[in-house]
Amino acid sequence: MSDATQSGPVLAADGTPLKRSLARALRAQKMRALMLIAPLLIFILVAFIAPIVDMLFRSVENQIVSETLPRTVVGLQDWDPTDLPSDDVFAALAYDFIEATERRRHTRLGSRLNYETTGISSLFRQSGRSVDEIGEEYTAQFVELNAAWETPATWVALMAPADWITAEAAWAERFAVVADAARIATQAVAEADEASVGQAAAAAAVARAEASRVELEQPVFRLSVAAQEVLPETSDAYRSFARTIQQVDEETPTAEVPWNTVYLALYRDLSALDVSGYNGPMADLLIEADAAVETFEGLTPREAWGEVNDGWLDLDNWATIEAFSDPFTAGYFLSAVDLQLTPDGIEAQPEEQRIYILLFKRTIIMSMAITLMCVFLGYPIAYLLSNLPSRTSNLLLILVLLPFWTSLLVRTSAWKVLLQQQGVINDLLVWVGLVADGSRLALINNQVGTIIAMTHILLPFMILPLFSVMKTIPPTYVRAAKSLGATNFTAFRRVYFPQSVPGIGAGCILVFILSIGYYITPELVGGRTGTFISNRIAYHISSSLNWGLAAALGTILLVLVLALYWAYDRIVGIDNVKLG
Amino acid sequence: MTSDESQAFVAFDRVQKSYDGEVLVVKDLNLHIGRGEFLTMLGPSGSGKTTCLMMLAGFETATHGDITLDGKPINNIPPHKRGIGMVFQNYALFPHMTVGENLSFPLEVRGIGKSLREEKIIRALDMVQMGDFINRRPAQLSGGQQQRIALSRALVFEPELVLMDEPLGALDKQLRETLQFEITNLAHQLGITTVYVTHDQTEALTMSDRVAVFDDGRIQQLAAPDKLYEEPENSFVAQFIGENNTLQGTVSKIDADMCEVTLDDGSIIDALPVNVTTVGEKTQVSIRPERVEMDPSRLTPGAHTLKAEVLEFVYMGDIYRTRLRVAGREDFIIKTRNAPDQRRLTPGESIEIGWRPTDCRALDA
Repeated sequence: MSDATQSGPVLAADGTPLKRSLARALRAQKMRALMLIAPLLIFILVAFIAPIVDMLFRSVENQIVSETLPRTVVGLQDWDPTDLPSDDVFAALAYDFIEATERRRHTRLGSRLNYETTGISSLFRQSGRSVDEIGEEYTAQFVELNAAWETPATWVALMAPADWITAEAAWAERFAVVADAARIATQAVAEADEASVGQAAAAAAVARAEASRVELEQPVFRLSVAAQEVLPETSDAYRSFARTIQQVDEETPTAEVPWNTVYLALYRDLSALDVSGYNGPMADLLIEADAAVETFEGLTPREAWGEVNDGWLDLDNWATIEAFSDPFTAGYFLSAVDLQLTPDGIEAQPEEQRIYILLFKRTIIMSMAITLMCVFLGYPIAYLLSNLPSRTSNLLLILVLLPFWTSLLVRTSAWKVLLQQQGVINDLLVWVGLVADGSRLALINNQVGTIIAMTHILLPFMILPLFSVMKTIPPTYVRAAKSLGATNFTAFRRVYFPQSVPGIGAGCILVFILSIGYYITPELVGGRTGTFISNRIAYHISSSLNWGLAAALGTILLVLVLALYWAYDRIVGIDNVKLG
Repeated sequence: MTSDESQAFVAFDRVQKSYDGEVLVVKDLNLHIGRGEFLTMLGPSGSGKTTCLMMLAGFETATHGDITLDGKPINNIPPHKRGIGMVFQNYALFPHMTVGENLSFPLEVRGIGKSLREEKIIRALDMVQMGDFINRRPAQLSGGQQQRIALSRALVFEPELVLMDEPLGALDKQLRETLQFEITNLAHQLGITTVYVTHDQTEALTMSDRVAVFDDGRIQQLAAPDKLYEEPENSFVAQFIGENNTLQGTVSKIDADMCEVTLDDGSIIDALPVNVTTVGEKTQVSIRPERVEMDPSRLTPGAHTLKAEVLEFVYMGDIYRTRLRVAGREDFIIKTRNAPDQRRLTPGESIEIGWRPTDCRALDA
């Protein structure tokens, strides 16, 4: 190195540095190599890496709280957890919750938070039914004051800018035409003779009309600047209402009376702010209301929520919402290791709910047991195979591979038949007299069953690398050892065995990593005590739908395997692993 | 020719070997090797020489017959109890052990204490000038170095008999020659008995006290190198050892130590009767290329000569190699020393060649 720096870089014949020259010469080759692997690389990226990354991301992702209850989450930022949140937060919850209910998102959030605190799911579901009652007394009082508050047009004029109102009107006109056409076409279909050609034409017309109705998009509701300035909370609540109406119901806000919560917001705005300077649309109406609100009577937001469900007056529920209001959470990971996130910090799960650590331990210990069994059963076979003449060994190798060509499900089911209490093996043992009929062995639906069946299934993965490594050990080594005075056993132990260790390593890694993530066999023969962590992951993916926890468990499993792999590399050395 | 049977250190007595029960790989082998002797088993592949070595080492069992070592039959003694050192063609150094560990292995299995072990290892390594390599792994050594280690490993436990199975087969020519010299020196220095297997006749000739030429499961000739070369007992040995000219003919006149052979084209030559006894017998005469004389004046008067036509002249440095047409055959070779007064023949030239009758051996047809 130092020589090169002293004498300057080595130059090619044309004076360019040799390294650059070489890189240029190899570039075409590299490009070709890249092109050759590109299809597989893209396939792997799309079909393998991307889903895994997405899944891993789910283990920390937690946008659902902040997306469903955006205002509440903001309001909770400076909440003192020893007391209930302020009325502002309860009001924010009302605005958030009514929209969530209309968009049918509240039950989803309820299920998510239920992973953390049981009971939230039903709180959310029940609240969804009566949240629209919050603020109804204010609605009544505003309408009583002036019936104009009951007309949608009043609200549109107050809230929306003029250009949106024009655009919306234009849309409504066109929509009416198209909808009419669709209605007429539909009618034509109904009236047309079944076999007539007209039916087909009419159906086509329906489709066309339907298509243009869908294409005809409503201009998205916008707030006027004046409204935002003078009535911040109301305008926010109204915009939430208007857009929900547009997007969920596909109706126009110009024809809908706002939710009760909008009236609650208006009451709160008018109580808190001075609107006398306002001179925009509906100024008279607003100023009249501003004067009257002092006399209005009704429930505070907190009281209103208490009416909806007294669960909202429970500090624990609020603490849960607050704890999971971050867009990212360690909650899934904590659950995956039997911990939980509480307002007081991280705590262990209650005793009866701790299962994951046990499952991880069981998975690892059983995988090790299976790996060991495979070594003990596979080594002699591989030794025999590698020392037979190749014609015999090829035949026997086919027998080793035979299970590969049988469905995994069939093999596992066969073990069910063999191992069950009234199964072949127990029958045989009873017949021979080794086991009394009354005390047949429990060989299935427990750990024994899982270990037996998985050892059988994974054995080829041990035999093959062992065989291919042993095949490369020349018989002269053992001969040499014997000629030097070693007994058969010493020659094996000191000369043959050390050279077969790379094969054992490869087989162990293969079998261990395969078994630690095995699912089907433990599911079928594992019963209650012989299942693996993967069965729990599958449960969360397909039954409890707690994908975040499933992702966290999967991530931990992945990290565990990588850590073991790393440890193996440090202890044995990955260079010592030979697959052939 | 063979050493006294009662004193033989290694003896094969009517040994036969068959792998499949149909074909005999070794047929009726009788061989006695004296203590301290360097004996080479030479032969083409498939001639049974390696099988003999493996039977001696204990990796193959004789189908019939006895093998004795120092007077004791060893047929039923397992290889590890025979105490025979062995060097393999591919060295067979244990790749997962260092050089020192490789050498320590035979001592450890014999239960020799650590200090004595170390002493012996160092001595054995110094013997092959490899003392500096004690901590290397076999993969870090060149072929020649590996073979030296293999040799010292076979010697470290001081066996009385060392077997070598084509130990130099994988090395280049120069290294092979150096090691040939080293191995013979070492063997003689230590006074160990060596059985050496090779298919390289030069190696066999340069290293051995005696050479057993194997073919077809039998020893064709067992003799010292010079005898083997100069006095082959049959045409296989004559052909196999060194370069050789052969001429086909019929015995036309025979005495006790002289015969006349009429070649296929009618010309007559003098030869030494080796495997021929009666007139009219078909024979194959064999003459070494360097024993052919081009100058008739140097032959005994009255000796028969042959006409020859030069076909090709090859300059090989130390010698000239000339191909001739003789008695209808075009593969007759003569070799002449590159001396200042030596004539260089030109293709197309006609010359007369002859030889001393003792150099020309009439063998089996």
